[in-house]
Amino acid sequence: MKVLVSKPKVIAIKNPPSLLKDFKLNYELYILSIPVVIYYLIFHYFPMYGLQIAFKDFKANLGIWGSPWIGFEHFIRFFKSYNFWALIQNTLGISLYQLLLGFPMPIIFAVMVNEFRYKSLKKGVQMLSYAPHFISTVVMTGIIIAFLAPRTGVINQLRGVLGHGSIDFLSRPDLFKSIFVTTNIWQNMGWDSIIYFAALSSIDMEMCEAASIDGASKFQRVWYINIPSIMRVAVILLIMNCGRLMDIGFEKIFLLQNPLNMQSSDVISTYVYRAGILGAQYSFSAAVGLFNTIVNVILLLTVDKISRSVSEYGLF
Amino acid sequence: MKARCKQDALFDFINFLYIIAMIVIFAFPLIFIFCASISDQNAVWQGKVWLWPVGPSFAGYKRIFEYKDIWLGYRNTIVYTLSGTLLNVIMTICAAYPISRKDFKAGPALTTFYLATMFFNAGIIPNYLLIKSLGLLDSFWVMILPGAVGVWNVIVTRTFFRSNIPNELREAAAIDGCSNFRLLIKIILPLSSAILAILTLFYGVSHWNAYFNALLYLKTRTRFPLQLILREILIINTSLIDPESLSGSASERQTIVESIKYGVIIVSSLPLLIAYPFVQKHFVKGIMVGSLKG
Repeated sequence: MKVLVSKPKVIAIKNPPSLLKDFKLNYELYILSIPVVIYYLIFHYFPMYGLQIAFKDFKANLGIWGSPWIGFEHFIRFFKSYNFWALIQNTLGISLYQLLLGFPMPIIFAVMVNEFRYKSLKKGVQMLSYAPHFISTVVMTGIIIAFLAPRTGVINQLRGVLGHGSIDFLSRPDLFKSIFVTTNIWQNMGWDSIIYFAALSSIDMEMCEAASIDGASKFQRVWYINIPSIMRVAVILLIMNCGRLMDIGFEKIFLLQNPLNMQSSDVISTYVYRAGILGAQYSFSAAVGLFNTIVNVILLLTVDKISRSVSEYGLF
Repeated sequence: MKARCKQDALFDFINFLYIIAMIVIFAFPLIFIFCASISDQNAVWQGKVWLWPVGPSFAGYKRIFEYKDIWLGYRNTIVYTLSGTLLNVIMTICAAYPISRKDFKAGPALTTFYLATMFFNAGIIPNYLLIKSLGLLDSFWVMILPGAVGVWNVIVTRTFFRSNIPNELREAAAIDGCSNFRLLIKIILPLSSAILAILTLFYGVSHWNAYFNALLYLKTRTRFPLQLILREILIINTSLIDPESLSGSASERQTIVESIKYGVIIVSSLPLLIAYPFVQKHFVKGIMVGSLKG
């Protein structure tokens, strides 16, 4: 009976075959989409047209179109510049460090909190761990600088109590990456664990009970049931993160940078900002930015291919 | 059996230690900042403040109240956040509702059109030139227009519409002669309060915390949002601070800025701190909706 009733409906939906008919039927949906399409055209697609200045010698008075073409000169200049390898090394170094240390942390956190027996405290820890996510980058950096200040910062005072000398953390290039990565983890670990909590809560309780009757210890239950059941989510997230390796955010790095730690803190995005916005070398920095974007897109597409073959899930 | 009990006890013990360690790691910085903001500044510098305020003093807060730039920034941020979030939510609904409709012919093409921008970004220089040529540099609009729609939020909203609004409802309304606009406003939006709350919160927080666009595009101090003022106080210190807003010599200003740091962190995060316990579950819900592939 159900089938009989629903059949005509399906036909009714599939009936308008042409775009014109759809336009007549759903013209309001087109109207709704117009402002959004205009927004994307102006603020996202038009800058892509502007990207041609990467291959031009951009002069403000000649405009984007009128400036003369010079081909790959800016790219060659960038590849040959003395800090090219340093920039790549810093960008990839920070990303990889972040991935290696930051990726397992939310998983461990979710698994451990999930096994915790005291319900109210469990909720409390979760709520507490999400809170740092909402601290703005400026405030977060401010906290880092205040905590790590030589002598007066709380970390150095703690070192003093333990009998160690004061360190000026932020002027040491060798410590920059660790500071950046650990504070990132502090800020985002709880938030990133939400998705694992969701995966853990969908585990069938009967499976755990059966395992427990069969004599599995708690550790065995976690290791053989909980971990495998969040693995799929973890693999997808890991693959997605690999696609973003060249894409570390500008905001926090830029704020933590100072002339003393520059050699290990300068990444492509901050370099583009300095050369382009502060130094007004528009064409050159557009070329550097484009290089970064292209590497990103290649990484993403590769990773998407791998993801599709491994997990049947594409990124898009 | 006994061995298993022992193992379980060990596991529980390690688990307990881990949870305690996490509580300390997450709570200590937050408690310390709060205590330091209401303590005597000399005690903070000498390392006497740990988990309890020493010689409670509200001198820092008093100075913050007298610091004009902070309140100007506060006002600007509130204006940007309210107007920006309103625009964001409207635009996101405009983008997400049509593409959530499976019978909308242009839906797939539009989705690709929106999604493509997530992966191919022109970068800051072409964007800067665009803003410049539109004449938006140093204007109010530059704080709300360039980020008017977030692709990720559009996808989340589309997923919500698809999975939470039964198709039969739309068909019944259509048979009764309800137009698409009326359907959206009278039927679908009232059923979507959850996603509206999520969108408002996500966009609101991102406006409150944003500083990058302001750094790139704003020059006039009276338009600066709170985060740019905070940057001066917390990160680059007195060198850039306007002498008119703080009197005294450079070293005096340095002392004042040092003494208000922790208070400023609290004051700037106050709206979020107050709202956080109540709205926390909406954020979590937002992540859940987003993680569903629609």
